[in-house]
Amino acid sequence: MYEIEIRNLCKSFQGKDNQVDALKNINIDIEKGDIYGIIGMSGAGKSTLIRCLNYLERPTSGQVIIEGKELGQLNEKELRRERREISMIFQHFNLLQQKNVIDNIVFPLTLQGVKKSEAREKAFELLAKVGLEDKAKAYPAQLSGGQQQRVAIARALSSNPKILLCDEATSALDPQTTASILSLLKQINKEYGITIVLITHQMSVVKAICNKVAVLENGQLVSSGKISEVSLPEDKYFWIDGDSQLPKHHARAERIEKVEVDNYVG
Amino acid sequence: MWDSQVTNMILEGILQTIYMSVVSTFLGYLFGLPMGVLLTISDKNGLRPNPVLYKVLDAISNVVRSVPFLILLILLIPLTRLVVGKSYGSTATIVPLVISAAPYIARMVESSLKEVDAGVIEAAKSMGASNVQIVFKVLLVEARTSLITNATIALGTILGYSAMAGTVGGGGLGDIAVRYGYYRYQTDIMIVTVVLLIVLFQIFQNSGMAIAKKLDHKKK
Ligand SMILES: Nc1ncnc2c1ncn2[C@@H]1O[C@H](COP(=O)(O)OP(=O)(O)OP(=O)(O)O)[C@@H](O)[C@H]1O
Ligand SMILES: [Mg+2]
Repeated sequence: MYEIEIRNLCKSFQGKDNQVDALKNINIDIEKGDIYGIIGMSGAGKSTLIRCLNYLERPTSGQVIIEGKELGQLNEKELRRERREISMIFQHFNLLQQKNVIDNIVFPLTLQGVKKSEAREKAFELLAKVGLEDKAKAYPAQLSGGQQQRVAIARALSSNPKILLCDEATSALDPQTTASILSLLKQINKEYGITIVLITHQMSVVKAICNKVAVLENGQLVSSGKISEVSLPEDKYFWIDGDSQLPKHHARAERIEKVEVDNYVG
Repeated sequence: MWDSQVTNMILEGILQTIYMSVVSTFLGYLFGLPMGVLLTISDKNGLRPNPVLYKVLDAISNVVRSVPFLILLILLIPLTRLVVGKSYGSTATIVPLVISAAPYIARMVESSLKEVDAGVIEAAKSMGASNVQIVFKVLLVEARTSLITNATIALGTILGYSAMAGTVGGGGLGDIAVRYGYYRYQTDIMIVTVVLLIVLFQIFQNSGMAIAKKLDHKKK
């Protein structure tokens, strides 16, 4: 059984006078323990796809099957319960600004009604795991982007998820911080056996940690499989943050980044 | 002219004004806050879009807000009698104050809640939060500073309206200002009451803003 099966997934958005087919018949199998990268250019449908995996976005047709359970068959309550096991981290971290670090990490557990003392104990454990023991009482506005993403990762782990979805989790970070976050994700994957689905438009990210990859173009899957077996369109993804105006400069930036990633991710 | 009777009257006026403004603001929020929450979640991009509910609340709030306060005050006299037993004095003034303030408060609450970052709401959803949890644990908490700032503005505005109600026997400092200053040409009493109104307004404003700032963790 696959951990995540995406079957004939289609998603269309109805505009005023046109329809946008954001995803066209997507099929992907993701196995337990995979770090599965989904790469594509801006507007390719990456965010839409990952949001379909926890049904934040309801597919127009097709199925998302998590450990044999088809999400489309669940009612609202069952879906909310299922989401506790599918955590998500975001490009802009999305931490609660008015809660301190520890209360942010505790948050998913309080939603589930876990006892406060128990939740806090778990939260401190995770805070140590992401290397921010000294920031328990700090507020998100007082942290750097990389630190905020670490808090978001700790928060995502607090509910013991089996899957972690990452929507451009490193796109707002500099290369060094990106590398350290990626190595943290890799460590989490190894240690807890959590399946990670990661969306990015940076090839270096895929190369650094993914064992499998799918390439998305205009809502269609153009290739997918083990990273060693998929021919990746190198040049096409040789830009950072969508700026392809300066290929040379960015090719160089990408190379530097790659070296740094290699240094961090063992 | 300035005997202890006048002083007592003014002291009583201060208490009445504070009583009217604070109680009206509180009751205004009792109705306005839930209304603002419902406006927020029933709107088309809200947690639970409901066009009919939104249109109804929208219409109520627009109609009430478009009636000038003094007219509302007179229109509501039968209702005020029904609720309070009489149509003059500070307790009676609370009725029209609440009714005219609630829709404004609902609008301010709506705008505060809509400022909450959509990403944070999305994150809560991804954790399996229900809509009720999102309202109480995300929206109202994240919007806290803006809600308190707006409550301060509401209190100040209601203070002004309560003074306006004084012109028709509503009690409080406004009542004194009109009775002595306007009808009896005792300018000194009028000036004192106006200065007191300004001082009260400043106290309300500064303490509200200070609380809002103290509770804000976003920029520190
Ligand atoms: N709620 C929506 N309503 C209408 N169209 C939408 C909506 N969400 C996404 N789209 C459209 O679907 C397509 C895919 O969008 P999506 O956000 O999934 O792209 P993406 O690959 O994540 O891009 P980026 O790298 O810029 O984040 C785009 O054409 C977008 O305009
Ligand atoms: Mg996106």
